[in-house]
Amino acid sequence: MAKSSELKEVLTSPVVSNNPIALQILGVCSALAVTATLQNAVVMTLAVLFVTAFSNLFISSIRNYIPNSVRIIVQMAIIASLVIVVDQALKAFAFGISKQLSVYVGLIITNCIVMGRAEAFAMKNKPFPSFMDGIGNGLGYGLILVLVGAVRELFGSGALFGIEILPLISNGGWYQSNGLLLLPPSAFFIIGGVIWAIRTIRPEQVEPKE
Amino acid sequence: MEHYLSLFVRSIFIENMALAFFLGMCTFLAVSKKVKTSMGLGVAVIVVLGISVPANQIIYFNLLAPGALDWAGFPDADLSFLGFITFIGVIAALVQILEMILDKYFPALYQALGIFLPLITVNCAIFGGVSFMVQREYNLLESAVYGVGSGIGWTLAIVALAGIREKMKYSDVPDGLRGLGITFITAGLMALGFMSFSGIQL
Repeated sequence: MAKSSELKEVLTSPVVSNNPIALQILGVCSALAVTATLQNAVVMTLAVLFVTAFSNLFISSIRNYIPNSVRIIVQMAIIASLVIVVDQALKAFAFGISKQLSVYVGLIITNCIVMGRAEAFAMKNKPFPSFMDGIGNGLGYGLILVLVGAVRELFGSGALFGIEILPLISNGGWYQSNGLLLLPPSAFFIIGGVIWAIRTIRPEQVEPKE
Repeated sequence: MEHYLSLFVRSIFIENMALAFFLGMCTFLAVSKKVKTSMGLGVAVIVVLGISVPANQIIYFNLLAPGALDWAGFPDADLSFLGFITFIGVIAALVQILEMILDKYFPALYQALGIFLPLITVNCAIFGGVSFMVQREYNLLESAVYGVGSGIGWTLAIVALAGIREKMKYSDVPDGLRGLGITFITAGLMALGFMSFSGIQL
């Protein structure tokens, strides 16, 4: 039973207590740029989840055969191939979304979450726990992305997934939309606020005074 | 000439890599504690962007783009799906070569940049610059101007943020916000400031 509780720990700890964005400063770029609508955030989350989980799985299964000096290139090749799969799939089945995400799908390659977890976890652990770690980190990343996306879309344009929740004044409703939230910088403020909230609940994460 | 000049200015201010497209954010937030180190990283980013964007431009438009293999007798070939893996390979190789050249001929500069160079391979600003070049179909000269310009823009942003963070040591930030949280909010305010450039048409 100890085994399964360990796996659970690996899966759940990155979601809140060791969140990749809020604590490890990994993968921030896309978190800011693709969260203007909830739909983009969800698609991006799924893409990153897929790539982290499988790159961890593959890298971990060949970890004993990778020479240490070229490991970055090997990891990059695996990650880049997975991202190409995701990109081609998006172009085939969801062309509109793939256009909106523009270069940020390709940027999953350089998303530090994928590299960081491959380097920190998959190189040292067995395939299955690595796969779980990938899913856990993908979920932790997705949690922040979806949270930011939901806040920005709900208060910025009064809708969720494009369905109107708060009727806008311009459409005869009562809600005056907050234009600031549609602008990219608002994502910084929301993530800053999320970090503040997490650290208020878990004071052990507070950074020491310099 | 004017066209290139306006592209240059646009890539520094209006389409600032860090503050308008949020590229290279991980390093932007993590390595901006001191002005001096962020300056070193910035110079390295300028050099790598300035070389890798034109290099990838040559490779993409002569080998990978749809119909680009016409000269080799394959007019229907479309290898653009290999783009990502090629770009990252080229960037990684360039960084490696640059490291060796600097080590051999400019040891002083190598000492200064040393630890930052390998980090740059995974800096999304580089990859983002290359992707934007492909998307906007820049020609060779444009891509060189764009690479250097966006590198300078990124450097400007990280040095400015580092300057603010150095001053922030003396301020009393709420416990939960100290460190990463307040850095996010500062960067957000800077991004708002840079948005004032966005209405300018060049």
